[in-house]
Amino acid sequence: MNGTIRTPSVLPGFGLTLGFSTFFLSAIVLIPLAALVTKTATMGWDDLVRTLLDPRAVASYRLSFGASLLAATLNGVFGFIIAWTLTRYEFPGRKLIDALIDMPFALPTAVSGIALTAVFAENGWIGQYLAVYGIKVAYTWIGVVVALTLIGLPFVVRSVQPALMEVQRDLEDAAETLGANRITIFRRIILPTVAPAMATGFTMAFARAVGEYGSVIFIAGNLPMKTEITPLLIVIKLEQFDYAGAAALGFAMLVLSFVLLFSINLLQAWGRRHHVAAGR
Amino acid sequence: MAGPGTSQEILAEIASRPGRDTVLSFVVKAAFIATSLLFLAALLFAPLITVFATALSKGAELYFNSFRDSDTLAAIRLTLTVAAIVVPANVIFGIAAAWAIAKFEFRGKSFLITLIDLPIAVSPVISGLIYVLLFGMQGWFGLWLQEHDISIIFAVPGIVLATMFVTFPYVARELIPLMQQLGNDEEEAAITLGAGGLMTFFHVTLPKIRWGLLYGVILSNARAMGEFGAVSVVSGHVRGVTTTMPLHIEILYQEYNFVGAFAVASLLTLLAVVTLVIKTLVEWRTGYKRK
Repeated sequence: MNGTIRTPSVLPGFGLTLGFSTFFLSAIVLIPLAALVTKTATMGWDDLVRTLLDPRAVASYRLSFGASLLAATLNGVFGFIIAWTLTRYEFPGRKLIDALIDMPFALPTAVSGIALTAVFAENGWIGQYLAVYGIKVAYTWIGVVVALTLIGLPFVVRSVQPALMEVQRDLEDAAETLGANRITIFRRIILPTVAPAMATGFTMAFARAVGEYGSVIFIAGNLPMKTEITPLLIVIKLEQFDYAGAAALGFAMLVLSFVLLFSINLLQAWGRRHHVAAGR
Repeated sequence: MAGPGTSQEILAEIASRPGRDTVLSFVVKAAFIATSLLFLAALLFAPLITVFATALSKGAELYFNSFRDSDTLAAIRLTLTVAAIVVPANVIFGIAAAWAIAKFEFRGKSFLITLIDLPIAVSPVISGLIYVLLFGMQGWFGLWLQEHDISIIFAVPGIVLATMFVTFPYVARELIPLMQQLGNDEEEAAITLGAGGLMTFFHVTLPKIRWGLLYGVILSNARAMGEFGAVSVVSGHVRGVTTTMPLHIEILYQEYNFVGAFAVASLLTLLAVVTLVIKTLVEWRTGYKRK
């Protein structure tokens, strides 16, 4: 492992640590993922298309994508407001709330699932008031959106927060002195600085939401064609021992994850370029 | 606050700048704080309180009794066992990967980092599915495993593997940027002065990265104990045998045993709270903030 592959160094352990981590990575991640790809490949083209375009599968894509898109949008709006509140205003309990933003990361999804269902059920703390207006959240698509919004929230807040801290306050002051009103300042100074971070947070929240399983299945009701998300359909196919069908849907989701991962990397690169362009 | 005015008005406004305490900015501030708090109250605080309120709704005695149930105890034991296997494995992998990536320059490094991050982007259901495809009855090794009477899927080894996949990146992705930032000078000095590799690691590197390591450990532990989707796919849901705490919550919940379900949930919520407390303390102590 010398010469052209790596730059020489006096430190020991290169072969050992790289060998071990590559081995572990292959055993736990790469070979199992390869099994998914080969299993999908054993299906004929017609079978694959039929599985992926089955009406029940298509209905699940519509719910998974629609709800994730809506949740990521809600996260974009409220995540920005929360990040703004936490970076710009001093108020009692600010640090506590800042720490609690990461709760959806730390809280097991099964717990958030049953807890949200209890809160938004027709007799729940919030559900009972919504029921007065005829709004049903638990066991409908709205419940799916609520669960996905909760788990995606930290992504937007945590990517927008550092960007907001970077906005140069003296630029804002200068603009205000020169007669710009707040809306102009927001549009011309704050938004351009924060936009890459917003886009990154939105995409991360969306990527997480599309694959989410635990918190959704408790609140969704899981009716075929209506409130059944794609990951649940994979589980159902597995339970019916339709391994190939499960693999096909899983493969489609995996491809989507790669595309999203790639977009996140591009968006982060855009953020870094912006960082350099801003002269810091 | 209106656009440009007379020079006196502008001067007066600049003079009042430090506090910025105009009526408008006060209203905007109040609106932002109120919106944030209401949103978090509905989506985060209410569910958190519900967990404990429901768990204790039939009294403290019933709450504590739910931990006497042998299946619940078995679930807690299994969750602890899985974490006790997975977290140390992640630590060893994380340190090895970070050492190779941060201390050396080699081709394909950024590709390796991307591969390590991969499990984070994959749906938990797929994380379980891939092991079923490998070790399940119709899987690559299914027949061989059956002939040798080894069960991985619908048994504890499958749960360990799926959890390992899901938590795999957490230690490594905390250590890699940290060790890259710390540089090699001190390690090179130690080696040049005749210290061995292990001695250099334990006496020079480890003290510098211990907070980052702790950070990665608590995050991977929280995820290991709380994972639902991946484990659900490979577990087979044999009550008291292959049910971890999150899976046991689902079983109790579906049996309408809400006190029991939320009692187990309350333990996991406390785990999440402890995780956040340690995480926040590490951040305050080191000024180190996760990107």
